[in-house]
Amino acid sequence: MRSYVGYQERYRGLMFISLMGRLSEGVISILRELGGMGFMFLNSILLLFRRPLKLNYIFKQMEFIGVKSAGVVIITGTFTGMVLALQSYYGFRKFSAEGLVGTTVALSMTRELGPVLTSLMVTGRAGSAMAAELGTMRVTEQIDALIVMALNPIKYLVTPRVIASFFMLPILTIVSDFVGIVGGWLVGVKLLGINEGAFINKMIKYLDFEDIYNGLAKAACFGVILSVVACYKGFYTKGGAEGVGRSTTESVVIASVSILIADYVLTSLMF
Amino acid sequence: MTDNGIAIRINNLHKAFGTQKVLEGINLDIKHGEITVIIGKSGGGKSVLMKHLIGLLRPDEGEIWIDGSDITRLKEKDLNEVRKKFGMLFQEAALFDSMNVLDNVAFPVREHTRLPEKEIVRMAQEILRNVGLAGFDDKMPSELSGGMRKRVGLARALILDPGIILFDEPTSALDPITSLTILDLITETQERLHKTFVVISHDILGMFRIAHNVAMLNNGRIVEFGTPKEIRQSKKEEVKEFLKATGIPGFAGGDK
Repeated sequence: MRSYVGYQERYRGLMFISLMGRLSEGVISILRELGGMGFMFLNSILLLFRRPLKLNYIFKQMEFIGVKSAGVVIITGTFTGMVLALQSYYGFRKFSAEGLVGTTVALSMTRELGPVLTSLMVTGRAGSAMAAELGTMRVTEQIDALIVMALNPIKYLVTPRVIASFFMLPILTIVSDFVGIVGGWLVGVKLLGINEGAFINKMIKYLDFEDIYNGLAKAACFGVILSVVACYKGFYTKGGAEGVGRSTTESVVIASVSILIADYVLTSLMF
Repeated sequence: MTDNGIAIRINNLHKAFGTQKVLEGINLDIKHGEITVIIGKSGGGKSVLMKHLIGLLRPDEGEIWIDGSDITRLKEKDLNEVRKKFGMLFQEAALFDSMNVLDNVAFPVREHTRLPEKEIVRMAQEILRNVGLAGFDDKMPSELSGGMRKRVGLARALILDPGIILFDEPTSALDPITSLTILDLITETQERLHKTFVVISHDILGMFRIAHNVAMLNNGRIVEFGTPKEIRQSKKEEVKEFLKATGIPGFAGGDK
């Protein structure tokens, strides 16, 4: 009987050790990925300053990330502004402050929803494509081909995507902010009949330039996050077509979650 | 150390991935201006050996001497200088999907030289003609057959006029007829350019057709080295076994 108890205790001890082992393995692998991404980011920025400057590669990515995402960003921004107007009207009407709908829409869009929703949409559209493209290049040895040609694949593949995302996300956010406010105006003024003068005057009165700047600064950070995550996942893809699928999914999930976490951290720093 | 007509000298090369030993002391001299084939079973470490030659992998132990420097000890920057002496044809050709045939072939020239665009296009077109693909300039890699892709890959490998060209399984995934045309293209190119060709493959018959020297890799070691004829007359069991797998009576030991 005594030996049985001893066995049980020992067993529990072993379970505890193996659980801790697995937990620490998980933590280590997360830290390793974070370190890898940080290293890739620094490397891609340093390589930007090494000649020759690959401007045409950067412009091509700007077109892909920025111009081609404009449609989806405009649709998301407009409808977000519209629904914000609808929801805030419902709340403000209860204490007859309908005139503040414009302010609410403008502040929410510029400070929060513009940058976050834009980044999430770009992650889904362009981030997934980056991971899939780099992943395919990895498994079909195109990345090795670059190395064999004595060219740095980070410079050719990662730097243009990170730089383009850094610049295009704020621009897309401006678009999103604008169409969101227009959407809010359409619903608030044209549909729900809020006084147009009050809507616009209060919006201008309470919206500072700082609100817009902060939103754009966040968007630039999100651009870096989504491109670095997507490039890292794609670049280190293993295991054929299945691996490319896995990298793509992981990059979208990790980038989206990171953007939301970073959003809180950045916002609390900017307050 | 790379005198006497030796282009690449491999000394006691070891590589393990975790506990799995892949290369266990490779010693091999690859002669200048000849076709050396490294032959062996799939998963026998051929690709790993080739990746060491071009610095994609670093060995655990051993040396690789090319043009008087041990490339296993070079920094990335110096390694890139050595890489410019190499061209490589990848197994699936590894053409850049986003570029058409001409841009793929012109890419190394555009990145490494400051030649005028007109001259680059002329060079690319000439080399495409040499591999039998004149007029395919605007095709995308996805529109080409496996054999054509390998031709484009070869053109891209040759365009900077490297001294050493590596071939990773040049006949894999090709039908027998296309295989023959690629093998003939390799021989023909080598006879025209007199460069050092290193080929890895498990396609015994195809390789015996083109090789000047054959190195047989088995269990991480070179078990036999010589001309195709010498290999066929080898008395070593592992060599005989491999040659018998061709299914041709008298191939092992004979001189047919």
